[in-house]
This record gives sequence, structure tokens and C-alpha cells, in this order.
Amino acid sequence: MNQDFSKISVYATSGNCLSPAGQDISENLAAIDTGNLAIREHHYSELSEAPFFGAIIDDEKIENSFSKLSYNGTFSRLEKMILIVLNDIVNQYSQVFNKRCGIIFSTTKGNIDALDNADIDNYYLHNTANKISRAIGIKTEPIVLSNACVSGIMAVSVAKRMIQTDKYDHFVVVGADLFSKFVFSGFQSFQAVSPKPCKPYSKNRDGITLGEAAAAIFITKDKSLLKKSSYKILGDSSINDANHISGPSRTGEGLFQSVEKAIKEADMKPADIDMISSHGTATNYNDEMEAQAFSRADLAQTSLFSLKGFFGHTLGAAGLIETVISLASADENKVPPSFGFDEMGVTIPLNISAQAQSKTIKTVLKTASGFGGSNTAVIFQKYNTNE
Amino acid sequence: MNNGINHYCKISNGQVILDGKVLFTNEEKRFENFIKSVYKHFEIDYPKFYKMDPLCKLSIVAASLLLENSQDKIKDDMALLLSNKSSCIDVDLKHQSTIEDKEAYYPSPANFVYTLPNIALGEISIKYKLRSENSFFIFEDFNPEFMVDYANSLMHLNKASSVLCAWVEVNKDNYNAFVYKVSPNGKTEHSKENLKTLIE
Repeated sequence: MNQDFSKISVYATSGNCLSPAGQDISENLAAIDTGNLAIREHHYSELSEAPFFGAIIDDEKIENSFSKLSYNGTFSRLEKMILIVLNDIVNQYSQVFNKRCGIIFSTTKGNIDALDNADIDNYYLHNTANKISRAIGIKTEPIVLSNACVSGIMAVSVAKRMIQTDKYDHFVVVGADLFSKFVFSGFQSFQAVSPKPCKPYSKNRDGITLGEAAAAIFITKDKSLLKKSSYKILGDSSINDANHISGPSRTGEGLFQSVEKAIKEADMKPADIDMISSHGTATNYNDEMEAQAFSRADLAQTSLFSLKGFFGHTLGAAGLIETVISLASADENKVPPSFGFDEMGVTIPLNISAQAQSKTIKTVLKTASGFGGSNTAVIFQKYNTNE
Repeated sequence: MNNGINHYCKISNGQVILDGKVLFTNEEKRFENFIKSVYKHFEIDYPKFYKMDPLCKLSIVAASLLLENSQDKIKDDMALLLSNKSSCIDVDLKHQSTIEDKEAYYPSPANFVYTLPNIALGEISIKYKLRSENSFFIFEDFNPEFMVDYANSLMHLNKASSVLCAWVEVNKDNYNAFVYKVSPNGKTEHSKENLKTLIE
């Protein structure tokens, strides 16, 4: 093969998201500005006897937004969330939904609530993906990526790589997961759920807060399709820890290697990274592992924030919603606040932004880590569409 | 330079096939009993096997047979590319059964930790110390075109020097594993057509 795949430049544009804090990206950004968290206290006896903190979207809001779209057929709650978040991309790009436009659906558990009704058909992730893909008029077979908590950002990396094979020109990337009894009960059995909104990297952190969300982004090599806010994907890597299936590596080896390889592919130095949108789940081990990895990668001084204290941990959507928000913040030359952070609680201090900061931002590093030893790092660079 | 398939292993219908040769047969219908008999017959000796969910059991046995029955050195930048249809449905249903009844509510961390399909990647990575690219995809059926394209992208973009590719599907007592290794010196061309022939 003589062709150099790496010569094809790939861009991300038109990000959108849906969370309890807002029905689209601008509502979410406004809620971040005012500190109006997606995480709230809930009393749902079917989920938990005691009140708990989580990020759960009002059914009514989903129904209301969905009713404004014109889709026929029966869709689950998760599928409605996905169609809502995809609406802008469908409106802007459906003319290129041809044989060279793919779709990647990133999720950990999809319609996992279907199991509450013994509905096995809707459990199957390919069925969800096919339904969405048909509804919006995608012509290629949908790709489902289910790689624990790195799924959302890994989907961006997979889209980039598939475009670089020159088989595709564009990808619609969408990530979504529900707040479910299935997952909530599991994390409770691990005693990993915080009794308060989670506090990433804080000395006072005591576990995760779960959430639900959907997020989407359009990935393309066609510069003529780029909107005002567009980012070139410069480097990406996903290296496994090969250490433990449910605990992160103590040395942060997999994350460290992922970050290093992404920086190398981007042909950059660590100092070129303007901010890091990290994973930061607020479990003891995860946050400490990240501190080790970032310090080893010479990034301990770089502005860093976790959005888990705002959105909660939205699983397969997390990496994507955090990317979309981070890139939108970079447009405004702003480092978002790392909600929940107070006193430094990792052994190697990181440069965590407790408050929003103004700063010229050109380059963003997004990372995620998850069960199964997975890690992903992707580097985005602001692209001036006037160039 | 064309990437090719060096070796492949299939586990389905009570048979274990390596590079086209039937190495083991057992008519046992139940998956758990069958996979245990394969594990014992080939003396895989990895006690963690007994703790795993069905998807990880099938994946670790198939990967071990493939990797340990060839002379190829296992390089630590061998990527893992796994796929199936049913995710980890058996352990999901098991976890679900522990939370349905308020009177008999006993979710267990030991089950819950397996309720993600990519845990199979973690298990293979740990057993073979592979700090490498890995990802788990879901399709309705084995998708040879995607496997070829994504494995090519990993190798051509220098993300990996070889790729362990697999379809690892298990749903109650229906199971089907097809695991193969792609590398630059592979004999059989890694093409959609060849994959369709090999998996049948």
C-alpha cells in the first residue's frame, strides 16, 4: 500500500448535546456559566429507597423536544434523546448522507431499561443503531462502539481513522446512555456512588455521581462543510492498562501512553496543549491515576478540568458531551470550571480550574479512562475556516 | 505490503478448529460445560477463567488457543479488535435478575464488573500483557468489511504492528467465536471475501 493514510486531515464540527441542564448546546453552556448543575437530588423509589444525587432528564422535556421533530414510528426514551441531539446535524448535513457517510453510535448499555420489561429486542444495540440510522436517512451500516466509559471520545477517534482509510468522507458520531437502575445498582454494589454531587480531584471526593445525556458531533474531511466552530483532529490513541478489569493502573500507564502517542502523532510538545478536558470521575483511584499519568506526560501544569461535577458520569456519552462542551468553551477562549473541586486531593498537584478562566485556547486534549483498562486521548486544534 | 491472516481459530457447534484442522469435539449442548471442557482439554491453566462471564470465557479461550498454537512472537503492540451481536447479554440478564425483586435485591460487584463487552478486551490484554489499541464493536452479523477497514487503519496509521480480530458471540447456549491474527507477513489476504469463506 503506497498511500499515506495520515495525510488526510479530519475535522470535527457542529457539536450538540442534551442533558438535564439543557436541550441543546447553548442551553448547556449557559447553565455552566451560571453554575446551574445537571446533577440534582432525586427521589425515585423505583431507583432507590433513599434520595440520591444524579443527573436525570425530565421525561416531559424529552417528549416536548421530540414532539417538535417529525419522526414517525415508536422510539424509546434513549432513541428520542438521540434524535433530538442529532437534529441540527441532520438539518445541516443530510445532503451528504451518501455512501461515503457513516454513523457511529457510542454507548455502554443503550436501551438497558428495556430489560425491566423483558424486552430483549430493544436490548440489542444494533437494533437501536439501525432504527436511528434509518430515521435520519444514513445509507451505510451503522457502527456501534461499546467500550465502557471511553466510548464517546473513542468514537471520534474511530471516525477519524475510518475517514483516513479513504473509504468514508464523513461520520455522524452520537453517544448516549441512560440513568438506569441497572447501572445505579451496580455502582452502589461497588460502594462507588457519592452521597453528594461528585467532587473530582478534591481531597473530599468520595465517589461518582451518575448521569444521563446524549451528545453528537459531525466529523468530516470536507473543509467546505465546516462551520464557524471547527477543530482539526491532530492525534488520537487508546492504550489499554493491561492491569485490572475494574481498577485503573496505579502508574497511569495506559493513559500516559495514550496521551504520549496522541501528542506524538500531533507532532507537538506537551507545552502546546492549552487545556485538558479530563475524565475525573471523583473515585479515589481514578483521579489519582490521572494525576500520575498527566505528571508523567509533563502536563501537570496545564489547565485541567473535569465536567463530571456538572453532568455526572454519563458513561458512553461522557467522552463526547465533554468534548462538545470543551470545544465550545475553547471557541470562547474559556477554560470551564471543574465543578466540585475545592482542596487538592491528588498526590501530584494538577492545575485544576476551580473557576472559569479566560485564556487563549488553540489546542485541547480530551482524555477518558474506563473499566476493562481502557483509555483514550484525542487532540483537537482550532481550525480557522477563513484560512 | 499487504496485510494478511496468519492463523485463525473457530469455536462453534461443539468444535474447536485451528487453521482449518478440527482439534477438539464435544457434543455437550450447554455453553458453560462445553467451554469448560475446551479450557481443560487444552490445559489453558488460567484460574481467573472460572470467575468470568460467558463472553470473557469464550474470548479468552479462543484468543489463547490462537496465540499459543503458533510460533509467532506476541508483540505488545498487537491491537485487539473484537465484535459481536449480543454484547454481554448473559451477565446483563444475570445482574438484572438480582435487582428486579425488591424482596430479593442482591446486586453483586462480581457480576456487575462483567456487564460491559469490552471487559473481554481487558482480560485478553491482562493475560498477554498487551498495552495496545483495543476496541469493541457491535454489529448485527460479523462485518468483514469493517474488520478489514479498521484493521488496515490501525496498521497503516502505525497504531499497531498486528491486529487480533474477532467475532465473539455468545447468547445462552448459542456461541460462535472466530478469532484471527492479521499482520504484514500474513499468508492469506485480509479481504472481505476470504473472511466470508473462513467464518463459514
